[in-house]
Amino acid sequence: MKSKRKDYRGPSLKESQRITEKEVQHIARLARLRLEDSEALLYQKDFNAILGHFETLQELDTEKVEPMSHILETKNVWREDEPDKSKNTEALLSNAPDRKIDYFKVPKILEG
Amino acid sequence: MELCDRSAAELGQMLSKREVSSREITESVFRRIDEREKTIHAFITETREEALNQADLADSRFGKGNAISPINGIPIAIKDNLCTQNIKTTCASKILNNYIPTYDATVVKKVLEEGAVVIGKTNLDEFGMGSSTENSIIGPTRNPVDPERVPGGSSGGSAAAVAAGETILALGTDTGGSIRLPSSYCGIAGIKPTYGRVSRYGLIAYASSLDQIGALARTVEDCAILLNCICGHDRLDTTSSTVKRPDFRRCLKNGIKGIKIGLPREYFVEGLDFQVKDQIGKAVNLLKENGADIVNISLPHARYAISTYYLIATAEASSNLARFDGVKYGFRSNSDASDLLGMYEETRSDGFGKEVKRRIMLGTYVLSAGYYDAFYLKAQEARALIKKDFDTAFEEVDCMITPVSPCIPFKLGEKISDPLQMYLVDVYTVSLNLSGVPGMSVNCGKVDGLPVGMQIIGRPFDEETVLRVGYAYEHMAY
Repeated sequence: MKSKRKDYRGPSLKESQRITEKEVQHIARLARLRLEDSEALLYQKDFNAILGHFETLQELDTEKVEPMSHILETKNVWREDEPDKSKNTEALLSNAPDRKIDYFKVPKILEG
Repeated sequence: MELCDRSAAELGQMLSKREVSSREITESVFRRIDEREKTIHAFITETREEALNQADLADSRFGKGNAISPINGIPIAIKDNLCTQNIKTTCASKILNNYIPTYDATVVKKVLEEGAVVIGKTNLDEFGMGSSTENSIIGPTRNPVDPERVPGGSSGGSAAAVAAGETILALGTDTGGSIRLPSSYCGIAGIKPTYGRVSRYGLIAYASSLDQIGALARTVEDCAILLNCICGHDRLDTTSSTVKRPDFRRCLKNGIKGIKIGLPREYFVEGLDFQVKDQIGKAVNLLKENGADIVNISLPHARYAISTYYLIATAEASSNLARFDGVKYGFRSNSDASDLLGMYEETRSDGFGKEVKRRIMLGTYVLSAGYYDAFYLKAQEARALIKKDFDTAFEEVDCMITPVSPCIPFKLGEKISDPLQMYLVDVYTVSLNLSGVPGMSVNCGKVDGLPVGMQIIGRPFDEETVLRVGYAYEHMAY
């Protein structure tokens, strides 16, 4: 069951139009993206227009509606855990931007 | 008429009678590509050598009298977000510009097993995100009807190739209208089947609860032929359905006498180009004169569809596209980032295009703490209401007819700098993905020399009625 605060009405139009450049930069970081300041400004403008349009949803009374995450009756599908031949390692690894022997290679994570 | 301008149904008959060879058909397609591709730019990768080998194999089968299917020997183009073993699959993105899949998507496997001739991989909006096929690393595809205009998107390469005779059949994908819109704009037929009808295994995911693979062709019958081949349960996609597939081709000629067609009034209001409206009206009248029962209906939550769709699609995209990190495959930024996080950020910033980044960030925002309830949860509730509208309406009617797009094909560059205007082009198509129901675009003439598509919407798993109405209309009108 969903948990929903009874008094919840969503942010007002004005509020959501105040997505700041700083917030845009924050979202970018969460999404592992890096933005120039000029890019962040452009995205800020787009997001305000788009989020403003999304606000129309706030008119809907959904108090008694169950959220739908999927069109199908979602249930887990199980299968037997049987060992199977793996794909050709070389073909898979040849797609890697960097490798060492049969491993993917990435920049150093741990110091020392 | 050149071979490449004929339908798969017709070519299939000619092949069976040995009046023509698959090699001749395939060469005809490649001749057309040589003539027009420079302008249209529908393909990212052409696979000429393999195609001619597959054609020769088909011909030897026909020679021995053991052809294997109605698409045996027929050229087909594949959207470049469907994995093809040993053939580069890019999603029109820099981040996958050198990705060579080690396996075939289930749909690709199926068309190959049935002996089709794969001629290449078609252009798209990066990862399927767009309505014009302008968001591509290789540049835009142009509409064969008028090269100044967009072919629609995101399966614009597949639709333009079919319309230009650069292929006979094509596979596309549809998350919010990406098969139906380009089919409408290029004046061909294209069907998005019911969610679950076709396995998505090997489709590079954009929004998993909405993505569906479907068929594009020049006739409704050809769509039915291709659909027959690609449907069915697949244990590699747990959302693929076990509902049995009927013979879609056999149902085509059942006629439309007594079929109840609903016109949802919310789809014919302000915002719809009046000439497009007239054109759809004429098509509906023709169906009525031929025995269909036309009823006015209502889908009261239609106006919330765009917001609902873009909230859910971007949320799912932000999660699906997290996998592109420059480690296992694809592009890695070659700057000398000293740590892993820096490498991720530089790779993703450099590797994704503008619109993809916009959607990843929007999705990240609507899923983030403090906004989840207001945006994402609200959209899931709206989705339930939109789905219920369809359920209720389908208690009364057998199918529905609407426009595919509120406007005629627009010019390149016209909407690219205003994302919201671009999103609004999808106003009549996204509800079907949200509700999982099948829909098809069938050409219903032209306005100012540009194609108009009529959308036929069916009950879940009732593509038969959709195809039947489309086929009947095609034969009344042309």
